[in-house]
Amino acid sequence: MTALKEELKRQIIEVLNLEDITPADIQDDEALFGEGLGLDSIDALELIVLMDKTYGIKLSDPKKGRDIFQSIETMATYISENRTK
Amino acid sequence: MLENPTIRKSCTIEQHRIVIDDKLIWSSGPHVPFSDFAKGAFHHLDIDYPKFYKMDALSKLAFLAAEYILQDEDKNELALVLANRSGSLDTDVKHQESIQNTDNYYPRPATFVYTLSNICAGEIAIRHGLQTEQAFFVAEEFPEETIFAYADYLLQSGKAKRVLCGWVEYFQEAYRAVLYLV
Repeated sequence: MTALKEELKRQIIEVLNLEDITPADIQDDEALFGEGLGLDSIDALELIVLMDKTYGIKLSDPKKGRDIFQSIETMATYISENRTK
Repeated sequence: MLENPTIRKSCTIEQHRIVIDDKLIWSSGPHVPFSDFAKGAFHHLDIDYPKFYKMDALSKLAFLAAEYILQDEDKNELALVLANRSGSLDTDVKHQESIQNTDNYYPRPATFVYTLSNICAGEIAIRHGLQTEQAFFVAEEFPEETIFAYADYLLQSGKAKRVLCGWVEYFQEAYRAVLYLV
């Protein structure tokens, strides 16, 4: 799980062009949206593509995204339980 | 380009140089790609605006030109009238590449949102809190008469107190921005 979280942090920084942020700057339980990393709705769509492309997870219900994308911790948990890649 | 006595200020970005009213403000090395030039020009501004890094090249160019020309300027009731030749073609091509392979079909939302040329005007408006008129024209050459006539109409009709207008062109590393404040 620790390796998955680190991998996720690196991917998010790269895919979302988070300049001047390193994996060490992102806490596992830090909010990804709102006051945390400050991601926006387009970033959420990018995360959905990331889940599909990298882990073979298709999110058909957008409401689920709200829970899944709360933090690196919640993303990693969902991915480890549902990944097909 | 525009020759009118009401021009208060101009900003030109081309060939790795940023010039305000004929004065060189910043330049990078001559052989750096646009992405590095833009990043350097952004750092030179010393502002905190992370969304800059997510913009496409056309929006970065327009954002930088607006940022440099609007320093110390009143932005109250400021309208935008911009034009270019290639529209958003540079980003359109990138988007096309991302949907080319039907077996590996992953369109990038962050790319797709920039497949409209007037998005760059939107980025300027968001940054500076502009809620005024905006127009974006696509033309082979700078449509001087159209731009000036439109700007003049906005000023004469009281729809704006000032107009930021000009040319913002980017396609595959070839770029030129010339903005005027009237």
